Amino acid sequence: MAAETLFDKIWKEHVVYQQPDGPALLYIDLHLVHEVTSPQAFEALRNAGRKVRSPDRTFSTLDHDVPTINQLGPIADPDARLQVEEMRKNCRDFGLRLFDLGSHEQGIVHVIGPQLGITQPGLTIVCGDSHTATHGALGALAFGIGTSEVEHVLGTQCLWQNKPKSFEVRIDGRLSPGVSSKDLILGIIGRIGIGGGTGTVIEYRGSAIEALSIEERLTLCNMSIEGGARAGMVAADQKTVDYLRGRRYVPTGKDFDRAAERWLRYRTDDGARFDRSVVFDGASFAPQVTWGTNPGMVTDVTGRVPDPASFADPVQRESAERALRYMALKPGTPMVEIPIDRVFIGSCTNSRLTDLKLAAETVRGRKVAKSVNAMVVPGSWQVKDEAEKLGIDKIFKEAGFEWREPGCSMCLAMNGDMLQPGERCASTSNRNFEGRQGAGGRTHLVSPAMAAAAAVAGHFVDIRDWARN
Amino acid sequence: MQPFVKVTGVVAPLDRVNVDTDQIIPKQFLKAVVRTGLGKGLFFDWRKDPDFVLNRPRYREAKILVARANFGCGSSREHAPWALADFGFRAVIAPSFADIFRNNSLKNGFLPVILKEEEVEAIFQAIEHHEEAYELTIDLTTQTVSDSAGWSARFEIGEFQKKCLLEGLDDVALTLMHEKEIAAYEAAHPVPYRF
Repeated sequence: MAAETLFDKIWKEHVVYQQPDGPALLYIDLHLVHEVTSPQAFEALRNAGRKVRSPDRTFSTLDHDVPTINQLGPIADPDARLQVEEMRKNCRDFGLRLFDLGSHEQGIVHVIGPQLGITQPGLTIVCGDSHTATHGALGALAFGIGTSEVEHVLGTQCLWQNKPKSFEVRIDGRLSPGVSSKDLILGIIGRIGIGGGTGTVIEYRGSAIEALSIEERLTLCNMSIEGGARAGMVAADQKTVDYLRGRRYVPTGKDFDRAAERWLRYRTDDGARFDRSVVFDGASFAPQVTWGTNPGMVTDVTGRVPDPASFADPVQRESAERALRYMALKPGTPMVEIPIDRVFIGSCTNSRLTDLKLAAETVRGRKVAKSVNAMVVPGSWQVKDEAEKLGIDKIFKEAGFEWREPGCSMCLAMNGDMLQPGERCASTSNRNFEGRQGAGGRTHLVSPAMAAAAAVAGHFVDIRDWARN
Repeated sequence: MQPFVKVTGVVAPLDRVNVDTDQIIPKQFLKAVVRTGLGKGLFFDWRKDPDFVLNRPRYREAKILVARANFGCGSSREHAPWALADFGFRAVIAPSFADIFRNNSLKNGFLPVILKEEEVEAIFQAIEHHEEAYELTIDLTTQTVSDSAGWSARFEIGEFQKKCLLEGLDDVALTLMHEKEIAAYEAAHPVPYRF
């Protein structure tokens, strides 16, 4: 048998029907649903008199709209309240499981999937959210879809898809101390460009990737879409098996052993060919800070705001000029001299226990700068509870951070947590587009440790120096 | 879905690269529970600038938008093509599109047309050199974009997608014609244990 990539294996296993010279009808093992991109899909099903084909393969939660203060109280925003109520009604009418507010399972959809063990190697996973790529960290093929496709999966448990190209991103060696998987993915996007992965599924490989923990891999795969790729994946290994053991939706006993044996086969065979490959040295990545209005506008923390005149392509130059106007930054300014007003630690990129531990270690015994308002939003109730058992909430609160309840919060600012016009934020989220965190708000994407250090210093700092302080 | 066969209309130039879906339709409009009426939110923040292209009277009736590479990057919100269509657009021309935006558009009879960089540049130039509004015709049957002066360019689209667009096919109904294959697949692949 010809050598195959991890992506080829999962794709091949899920083809229900192949159109000659067209897309494949792909079977979807797991459909994750949330309140913002689903109401129109349920409405269409209802209008057509259709049912959800496989409620057993469908899990729903509330995350995008939900308040992060007094979550069980009434939702003040009538539009958000309506969407939440619609989600409850749709789940009741169509017989779907809902991890509702007040349940211990509730949280950001891309945090709870892996945490509950719903995300498993070899599965095809979709959700009406572009950060579905996150789940690929466990050796699954996971990608974001729009509402029409949500309707299609609800109705048929399948999707028509043209097979994307395979893209190997190999990171050799090791990451340096102080450099996180967030820095790695920002650095990769900076190098391949935000459209660099369009039409592809990325497999992250190499010794630096193997060395990452599962939670670090989740952060890495999460931002694949920011490089244009539909999906990002990491082959299942012993860490994947160990991570999944004992989780709620994972088999137990002998069934687990059999599942684990199968999961470990989800890896690229020696000699398999990718449509495209890039190779970087892990040691070549430094802590990253974005300076512009897309995630590819990024530089080392030791760098400076670039001069748009340095861009050869006129379209890129104009884009950089526009970004610097929006961000109110002058070319040549050292990144560490940029003062900030707000800090947001959270989102499906960086709200897991590993992230919160790192950030907490950075601020332990220190105080948030007087000029800064800082908040931490854990990714799920389980993360929140585990963090509180470890006293992480106390470290944050003593340093002057707000400790909130789980949700997407200020990553996309739908729930009322948002920047005011002109405010500048160090954010552990995934997008720094104009107005993403609030109209007129200015976002700099960083790792959790870098965000925490910036909260204390009032400006960006090189976390590698912080460690030596 | 609304079929797409042939559209002739004014082209509005959006001379920007990497236009993301947060710009096309900002978050506050995602709280809708219906697909209609989103045109009011299209490029909401950019339209606050009176000089923004869509605020110019000549583009009020525009049916085609032309932009630079990687149009529609960012989130999976289908509200982006819904908003463009609700505003009156039937198609966007660009050198490249983000994958999810492109898929979402095709499901709504809203055509993302990929032309070469130099062809897109030629359209921007033509708009600039026209005193009146510049019009293009997009013909899906022949897979061409053309103007009245004889300029034309060809674009690629998959046969399956083309057929769906031309006939305005309901995707779900089409898929359910493969019920036998789906049922056979499900019989061989049970729901993951403990789901």
